[in-house]
Amino acid sequence: MAKKQYAFYPGCSSQKGASASNYLTSVQSMCKVLDIELTEIPDWNCCGASIGYAEGGELPRHVMNARNLALAEKALPGQQVVATCAACWLSARETKERLAHNSTLFNDANEALKEAGLQYQGKVEVRHMVEVLVEDFGYEELKKPVVKPLEGMKFAGYVGCQTNRPFGIHGESFENPVYLDHLVEAMGGEAVPYDQKVTCCGGALAFSEPEKSQKQIKDIVESAYDHGAEFIVTPCPLCQANVEIYQGEVNKRYGTKFNMPVLYYSQLMTLAYGGSAKEAGLDGQVIRAPKLEAFAAKK
Amino acid sequence: MMSDLNAQAIKKYGNSFLKEVEANVEEGEWVKMCMQCGVCSGSCPFGPHWAHPPQEIFMMIRAGKREEVLTSDSMWMCTSCYNCIVRCPRKLPITHIMHGLANYAHRLGLAPKNQPTRVFAKMFWDNIVKTGRVNELKLSLGLYFKDGLGPGIKTALAMKDIGLGMLKAKRLNPLELVKGHGCKDTKGIHAMLKKAREIEDRRKGFAA
Ligand code: SF4
Ligand code: SF4
Repeated sequence: MAKKQYAFYPGCSSQKGASASNYLTSVQSMCKVLDIELTEIPDWNCCGASIGYAEGGELPRHVMNARNLALAEKALPGQQVVATCAACWLSARETKERLAHNSTLFNDANEALKEAGLQYQGKVEVRHMVEVLVEDFGYEELKKPVVKPLEGMKFAGYVGCQTNRPFGIHGESFENPVYLDHLVEAMGGEAVPYDQKVTCCGGALAFSEPEKSQKQIKDIVESAYDHGAEFIVTPCPLCQANVEIYQGEVNKRYGTKFNMPVLYYSQLMTLAYGGSAKEAGLDGQVIRAPKLEAFAAKK
Repeated sequence: MMSDLNAQAIKKYGNSFLKEVEANVEEGEWVKMCMQCGVCSGSCPFGPHWAHPPQEIFMMIRAGKREEVLTSDSMWMCTSCYNCIVRCPRKLPITHIMHGLANYAHRLGLAPKNQPTRVFAKMFWDNIVKTGRVNELKLSLGLYFKDGLGPGIKTALAMKDIGLGMLKAKRLNPLELVKGHGCKDTKGIHAMLKKAREIEDRRKGFAA
């Protein structure tokens, strides 16, 4: 298989010591096996996330994203931008489409970018890592390196909002996307059907309005339990963090006894490809997954 | 200065709030396309908590209820889940309109001062523009201490299990307090954002 190269946009939460640093660890392990070369966009900045609009407004927010795209066009010409974070992907992609359809916005953005010595041409494509996996590889191809299928393990594929809407993965439905289930199955695991697959985790409101968002989290975890899942798996760092770290608070508020590990697809893939617990970033779980740690230790 | 902007807008648009929204709110020109079917409101995850769900906001805009819309905390409860966008039969970019309305109300100084998501959103933006990247530790501490030291310590203690869990999993780095992540060209970023703000102010009538 030819080596595939992408301009990588890791995003703030994936940095060392940040909330999704274990996501990055597992993505790097997974990419090594699949022979994917990710080159970080030099000096990339924050995408503004889904909450940046409130103070930033329209143009400043688009300019932040256009800066990353311009940097990629300049330093890594011809390579598509790949983001692992749902919000980074959505923001960058939204900017790309808005600037493509609005010449005023495009010109305004470039006028601002000039102040940073940059120019955005509108050439570069923006992809999410799961898009790359599903479209550039395909499930059969992804299955090939599996040496330790995740047999007998049950996962609730939690797709959430931003990798699913408004763009989504090509050909998937917004209401019942199945790519995550197919990925789990390709790794030899069982994807349980459950009804909270695309429920919003509360997003940034998990910080600012916890009473309201914890109900969302409760519904998601509860449904996963009810349908026999042992783990939740997701492509989004904010979904991961919200659904994992607030389970304790949800327990306090609702008297539940939740303790369900929430993983990234890339962690499952790393494990199925024979990676160690460390390579899969399992030590980064706030709710540890002892069953997977034991699985990883098995030869 | 904020109230000046507000007075200026009232003077300019008189009683046509719809026109004002079309001219100044991100994607506001779509509002008139709404056919009041209610799908967006029914799809909204925090729907039960909104005093005025999206459909109602659109109706109020057309009815000229300027004050009521701009001082509402409803659009601040948008979680950016994009559920409404993909379901709206008229393809209104509802999420963006909600964001745009919130931002406009904020710029005019009409948004509810203590709405927690407004406070958080402002802190978030200020946090990222400083170095170009999020400093998660400063952001969470800032949020906990937004109401002052006393309540801050209380929230921080209430959240300590979460903090300790993240620390243990090496997903929270105490060193971020002194030496966080950041971009090299912060100077360029600041100049670029200043320019962007100037252009936007000019286009949206925020310029004094
Ligand atoms: S779904 Fe669309 S058309 Fe229906 S009420 Fe909402 S905005 Fe209007
Ligand atoms: S994007 Fe905002 S307005 Fe639309 S359904 Fe989600 S929370 Fe409601």
